[in-house]
Amino acid sequence: MWDYTDKVKEHFLEPRNVGVVEEADGLGEVGSLACGDALKLSFKLDADKRIKEAKFQTFGCASAIASSSALTEMVKGLTLEEAEKITNEDIADFLGGLPKEKMHCSVMGRDALERAIQSYRGEAPRDVDGLIVCECFGVTDKQIEREVREHQLQSMEEVTAYVKAGGGCGNCLDQVQEIMDRVRQEEGWAPPARKPRLTNIQKIKLIQETLQREVSPMLQKDGGNIELVDVEGDQVLVRLKGACSSCMKSESTLRDFVRNKLRELVAPELEVREV
Amino acid sequence: MNIVYLDNNATTRVDPAVLETMLPYLDEWYGNPSSMHSFGGEVGRKIAAAREQTAQLLGADPEEIIFTGCGTESDSTAIWSALRSEPDKKHIVTSRVEHPAVKNLFEYLGKNGYRVTFVPVDGQGRLDLDFLSDSLGDDTALVSLMWANNETGVIFPFPEIVERVKEKGILLHSDAIQAAGKIPLNMSRDRVDMLSISGHKIHAPKGIGALYVRKGTRFSPFLIGGHQEGGRRGGTENTASIIGFGKACELAAARLESKDQDIAGFRDRLEQGLIAGVPRILINGDTENRLPNTSSISFEYIEGESILLMLDKHGICASSGSACTSGSLEPSHVLRAMGIPYTAAHGSIRFSLSHLSTREEIDFVLEKVPPVIKRLRSMSPFWAEHVSTCQSA
Repeated sequence: MWDYTDKVKEHFLEPRNVGVVEEADGLGEVGSLACGDALKLSFKLDADKRIKEAKFQTFGCASAIASSSALTEMVKGLTLEEAEKITNEDIADFLGGLPKEKMHCSVMGRDALERAIQSYRGEAPRDVDGLIVCECFGVTDKQIEREVREHQLQSMEEVTAYVKAGGGCGNCLDQVQEIMDRVRQEEGWAPPARKPRLTNIQKIKLIQETLQREVSPMLQKDGGNIELVDVEGDQVLVRLKGACSSCMKSESTLRDFVRNKLRELVAPELEVREV
Repeated sequence: MNIVYLDNNATTRVDPAVLETMLPYLDEWYGNPSSMHSFGGEVGRKIAAAREQTAQLLGADPEEIIFTGCGTESDSTAIWSALRSEPDKKHIVTSRVEHPAVKNLFEYLGKNGYRVTFVPVDGQGRLDLDFLSDSLGDDTALVSLMWANNETGVIFPFPEIVERVKEKGILLHSDAIQAAGKIPLNMSRDRVDMLSISGHKIHAPKGIGALYVRKGTRFSPFLIGGHQEGGRRGGTENTASIIGFGKACELAAARLESKDQDIAGFRDRLEQGLIAGVPRILINGDTENRLPNTSSISFEYIEGESILLMLDKHGICASSGSACTSGSLEPSHVLRAMGIPYTAAHGSIRFSLSHLSTREEIDFVLEKVPPVIKRLRSMSPFWAEHVSTCQSA
């Protein structure tokens, strides 16, 4: 069972401001049925251009409903300039914290608020110009980059907890990693703790073992095999044997499978070349 | 607050008669069954009796029963033993809807030199038998298929599975952890080679399981150690739990015989009542071939964790196949394998009854569920959309 705070439980069991504001000035919708959560946020302004009323409709778990309810309370009486400063952490803090895996619920709240404010101002939603990276949850590179930057995310688990990207089939893990690496370089953050540096002999030995244990059995299934020829710096030179050597797919087999295995189990900077 | 416990596929209450049988072996009868003295020997005799009781539930011989630490250990023992007895074969077969105890081990093996076939199921959770047959080859070391599904209760057709797998001489293991005690199992009729069962699903305590290994099946132990369990599972016996497990097997066998309790009748009453009281719900799985105690119901347009937490306020215990309950982001692999649409998969709830469930409890649930669903739907943007589409249509 999730360890929800009393405040989360309270806002889940007795949510405030459920519904849609009539003649709303701003309306923001995020999420989808397939994703497992969605939020429709609407608000109305008073004569002083302050948020007079805000309401929500949410499909999702207890923390999604509680985050939405909390948000409608938080924005009441604020100008739009004040409201757009609300971060997802503010929503989580208002609720006395959220479980790490549920941070995306608060991100959804902030996103819906942004969309609603943009709709009032007649602006295009900020995220649509990005490219979809995570197809399972429809997350764009821009969205991932933003969360990585704002929250200094340095691991896949954190990215998944914040924007869901990578939580489904896992096909986008490489792309997400690239975004994290790029942002880290741009921001000049210290790299996350790495495995201790290997000596050359250790590295070659580990590459040899990894190829034998992880790669060969997979290639043998298709009647092929792989042989380590040499290691030059970060370049791993290999020779494909049997069915692999004539296979049209050998190039992609190498690039994707062998490289990923070696990067995962030996060192992240390795490249693989066929000789 | 009264607890209405409808989560018996997760775990069950220890039967008072089971507890009573166990207590002396946690207290004055603490001897080691392996000891030479008659004080320990007396415990050994009780364990032999428990082995007999367990064998009877399965229609097996006592020496075909190995006691283990849990259902997962039984599964792991069976699978590793099969692979060791067929070291040259590198293909293994299971289904797409197995419990993690089998699924995750097969995925691990798939990353470590084995070719794994995951046999699909149809929209009702029924196994694709022709796919199974077609996947079997000379290189196949093992087929492992669950007897009945923990989420939907769907029962796989074992007579046919046995026929198709055994005609090729391939080892067949079944995870029968949900099936045992709920439907009759008879190893002299259903000729699987190995079968896993677990104590805490049949009103024995947690931390005790058993593996049936048919006589003549090559076996290699998982825990190598002392001579316990005929050298097939090292480690001092969990004496009180084994004795309790034996009693629980005896009671379960008696319940299957007597048919006094109409668990399926209560389950059907629950489903019919919900269908009558709540619009847009779906019963998941093949209702013709289902465990009598299990019901997987999808409430469209709302999310399972919210439903569970609102039911929890009323003391009603159930579980969900939704993503949010598991901490992952995708709904259960079982519902996805069945192709249940996302609109329904996220809002799935499993109610699982036992012989302790009462008509009053079912009626209490029927009273409390519809308002909870209505309340959550009143908050859901998709329900609002659905209603307005229906009205305009």
